[in-house]
Amino acid sequence: MKIDFEHIQSAHCENGVTSNLLKYAGVNNITEPLAFGIGSGLFFIYIPLLKVNNGPAISFRTMPGLIFKRTCNALDIPVVRKTFRSPEKAERFLNECIEAGQPVGCQVGVYYLTYFPKEYRFHFNAHNLVVFGKEEDNYLISDPVMETVTTLTSFELDRVRFAKGVLAPNGQLYYPNAKKEVSEEQIKKAIKSGIKRNVRDMLYIPGPVVGVAGIKYTANKIKKWRDKLGLKQSGTYLAQLVRMQEEIGTGGGGFRFMYGAFLQQAHAYHPNDTLLSVAEDFTKAGDLWRSAAVQAAGIYKGRLGSQEDFNTMGDYLLEIAEIEKKAFKELSNIKW
Amino acid sequence: MKKEELPQDPSVLDKFTKDLCYVVDESGNYTTGLSRGWEVKAAALDLAWDDIKERIADARQKALKGEISPLLFFMELRLMDMDTLAGYSGFWKWQIKRHMKPGVFKNLSDKKLERYAKVFEVSVDDLKNVRGNEN
Repeated sequence: MKIDFEHIQSAHCENGVTSNLLKYAGVNNITEPLAFGIGSGLFFIYIPLLKVNNGPAISFRTMPGLIFKRTCNALDIPVVRKTFRSPEKAERFLNECIEAGQPVGCQVGVYYLTYFPKEYRFHFNAHNLVVFGKEEDNYLISDPVMETVTTLTSFELDRVRFAKGVLAPNGQLYYPNAKKEVSEEQIKKAIKSGIKRNVRDMLYIPGPVVGVAGIKYTANKIKKWRDKLGLKQSGTYLAQLVRMQEEIGTGGGGFRFMYGAFLQQAHAYHPNDTLLSVAEDFTKAGDLWRSAAVQAAGIYKGRLGSQEDFNTMGDYLLEIAEIEKKAFKELSNIKW
Repeated sequence: MKKEELPQDPSVLDKFTKDLCYVVDESGNYTTGLSRGWEVKAAALDLAWDDIKERIADARQKALKGEISPLLFFMELRLMDMDTLAGYSGFWKWQIKRHMKPGVFKNLSDKKLERYAKVFEVSVDDLKNVRGNEN
């Protein structure tokens, strides 16, 4: 059984699953940047005290699962989402969906994902892919970050759907539960509410570690890392920051370029030129994130290492925080 | 980032996939491009693996000297943290912490050892003797 499902490679797994599933459901105009923007995907958080792989816990995007949920909600499309205790029931339900011609999004762990390079296989449990068919014991997989479709045996798929640890997927699957067309008016409305929510998330969540404030907070932390942690550990921390920012799935520059692309696409629905000028601001922000990554690499590769170098690194982030603050302020002032 | 500036450095992604990135064309319009990799992030990933290898070697030494049970070595080898090992083994975290003590580990029943061995994909004998393959 093979469903006629179009695999479109995307930068980020959840966006890709969302836009590809929605396209299948009849939302022809959906794109990855639109799904990302409507789902208010842009974010920044530095979670103090928590360690991930012995480094700081930093994220450039919103929580796993939210982009799919928010985008479907905004387009008024009902969603089925299920988790399972029993792998047998999970597999049976998946098979029934495929038999019924419904491609299904699955949350999986990456560690046992056989088609990924070994160097990328950590115990990270919030990866997403689409299952769109089964031939003998092989499931047909559309993993949005892969160039082409792949397969997993039923054993392999079961193992990644029931990966264990933080954010364990518990066999979670999800799909839009309706085939329908979405009007231009609905997309317009969804874009507006997506931007407004993103303004709120980046500017107005209280506390020092989230949004634009979080970027500043991180900047000031980095300036202190050299004295506090020593060169070796600060190098590890900076490398972690760069990995979160540039890892597969970010579209480069910690999702900032993707948000710029979203604002340009939004302009086709809302011909307000502020959207275009703010898109340029995000291009600038993304470029600066990349310059910061080059500076960080200088430190973790041992080419740089003075306090001055750490200050430069921190200053990049301060400059970024200013640009993003101004950009979101301008978005919040748009009269829709 | 301009499309022509998209880095095309060799990376571990070669032979697997390419990284899709959002880039701007000459007139500043967004489009996408595929990247083989970027040396800056390849170095970050290398560093993460250097750290992991160091931790594995460290845990191996400690286990061989009898300062800690072989569990720590296999946890590092399989990149696991407490939550992950607890999830896969079915033991509580406090139990695993206890089993980290060499004295407690030595007296674990075969049944319990087998649960760990299965998670780490090694034999009980290898588990007891800190023999694990890094590939």
